[in-house]
Amino acid sequence: MSRYDTFHPVARVLHWLMAIMILSMLFIGAGMVSTLAEKHATLVAIHRPLGMIIFVLALIRLGFRLAHRPPPLPVDLPEWQKLAAKGSHWVLYALMILMPLIGWGMLSAGKYPVVMWGGFVLPPILPQDPALFAWLREAHRYLAWLFFLTFLAHMGAALMHGLIRRDGVLKSMTTGN
Amino acid sequence: MQDPRNPRPPSGLAWRWGVIGLAVIGTAAVFGYAGGWLAPDRLSPKKIINVLQANGGDHPGYRRNHAKGICVGGHFESSGQLAPFSSAKLFGPGNTPVVGRLAIPGGNPQAPDSSAPIRSFALRFDMADGEQWRTGMNAMPVFPVGTPQAFYELNVATAPDPATGKPNPDKAKAFFGTHPETGPFLMWISHAKPPASYVDETYKSLNAFYLRDPAGQRHAVRWQVVPETPSTGDGSPAAGDTDYLAADLQKRLAAGPARWHLQFVFANDGDPVDDASKAWPDDRKVVDAGTIVIDSWQPQAEGPCRDVNYDPAILPHGMEISGDPIIVARSAAYAESYLRRTSEEGHLPGTERPKGETP
Repeated sequence: MSRYDTFHPVARVLHWLMAIMILSMLFIGAGMVSTLAEKHATLVAIHRPLGMIIFVLALIRLGFRLAHRPPPLPVDLPEWQKLAAKGSHWVLYALMILMPLIGWGMLSAGKYPVVMWGGFVLPPILPQDPALFAWLREAHRYLAWLFFLTFLAHMGAALMHGLIRRDGVLKSMTTGN
Repeated sequence: MQDPRNPRPPSGLAWRWGVIGLAVIGTAAVFGYAGGWLAPDRLSPKKIINVLQANGGDHPGYRRNHAKGICVGGHFESSGQLAPFSSAKLFGPGNTPVVGRLAIPGGNPQAPDSSAPIRSFALRFDMADGEQWRTGMNAMPVFPVGTPQAFYELNVATAPDPATGKPNPDKAKAFFGTHPETGPFLMWISHAKPPASYVDETYKSLNAFYLRDPAGQRHAVRWQVVPETPSTGDGSPAAGDTDYLAADLQKRLAAGPARWHLQFVFANDGDPVDDASKAWPDDRKVVDAGTIVIDSWQPQAEGPCRDVNYDPAILPHGMEISGDPIIVARSAAYAESYLRRTSEEGHLPGTERPKGETP
C-alpha cells in the first residue's frame, strides 16, 4: 500500500481534508471579525465546532505522523530548504493543535458558552479572567496570521516542487509516485 | 538540481513561476477581502465602536456604550408557561440564576443619571448544563433605527460638536429628515422624562427573535420584563443629584427583592420581525414565562457583571436569532467593545490603563 517515496494513504486523506478545513477556518475567522452583517452569526456558529473537529483530527494526525515515517526529502534539496520544510511542518502541527485550544480557552476566560451545536456546550478549560481573555484573544489573532503566512509558504513550496523541480515531493502527497 | 526521473529542465519556466505567484498572491488577496482589509468601506465592528468611543470620550476599562451602570444578582423563577413554545431548558420547571446589569445609555461612566431618559437592563441566565441566555433590554418602545448602517449614521450625526460639546442640531435634523423610520422613537422621546428608578421600568428586547418549540415549529417573539409592583412615585431625585439611580436601587433592595415578569409577545402574521424600529400592535398574544427576582447589587467596578459581554446573540437551544440585522451587529460590536475593555483591564501593550489604577 504505502511506498517509501509516497505518504501513506491515511496521511494523504488527513492532509487534504484538513487543508480544506483549516483554510476555510482562516477565512471564516477573518471574515467573522470584520463584518457585522448577518453572516457574522453563521460564521461564528461554524467556527467553533469546526475548530474542535480540526483539533481532534490534528491529534489523530500527529499520532499517525509519529508512527509513520514520511518519505524523505530529495537528497539534492539545499540544506536551508530542508530546514524550512521541516520547521514549517512542525509550526503547522503546533498551530493545528494550539489554535483550537486557545480559542476554547479564550471563550472559557470570557465565560462564554462554548456552544458546539444544538444545546451541546463544552465545559470551560480556564477560569473566568478578563486579562487572560484579552491575551488569548490577541494570541488567537496573531497566530492566525502566522498560520496563514505559513500556509502560503507551504503552498508556494509545494507548487515549486511540483512545477519547477518536479522531484516527486508534491506527488508524494497527491497521487503518489 | 533535477530529480533523476525528470532529467531535463522543465519548459516554460516563466509560465510555471507565474502560476505559483498567482496562486500565492491570489489566495492572499481573497484573504484580504474576507478580512475587510481590501474592503475599507465595509461597516465593521471597529467603525461602530470607534464612533461610540469618540462620542462618549476615552474611559479605559469601561463599556463603549451604556458605560454607567450597576451589577445586580438574583434568579429567574420559571412559570412553565413558555415551555410549549420553546424547548429551552430554563423555561421548564425550576429556577435559573441570573447575573444582571442596570445601566444608562452613553459612553461616559460619569454621566448624570438624567442625561438620557432611557434605562437598560441586561441579564445573563446561567443554565445548569453550561448553556446561557444573554439579553440586553431597553426601557423604550422601539429602537430608533432598523439597520446597523443607520445606527452608525445616527451616531455620526449626533456626535458632540467639538466647539459646543453638544450635537450639531443641523446635522441631527438632516439625519432624522432622511430617516423616517425614526418617527416612532422621536415621538416617544420628545415627551420622555428620565425615570427616577430602575425598578419601576419595563425593559424590552426591541429586536424580535424566534422560539423553537419541542415539535420544531418556530414562533416570532419579542420579550419584555414588566415590574411586578406599579410605580410608587417614590425616590424623586434631589436637585443636582446625578447618581440617584444606584442610591434608589440600593434603598429598594434593602427593603426586599425587586421582581419583574418576563413576558413573551408573539407576532401575528405580517408583523415586522426584522425591523426593531417598528412596534407591534398592543393586542398581541402575551405569555408570562416567569419572574425575574433581583435581590442583590454590587458596584460595577468589582461586581460580576463587569466582565460579562451581554451579547444578544448568545441564546440557548430553543431560541434563535431572527433576520433583524441589529441583533448580529450588536453581537459583533459588543465583541469589539469587550476586547477593548478587557485589554485595558489586562494592561495589554498599547492599551490605556483604566483611570485610578496606579501604573
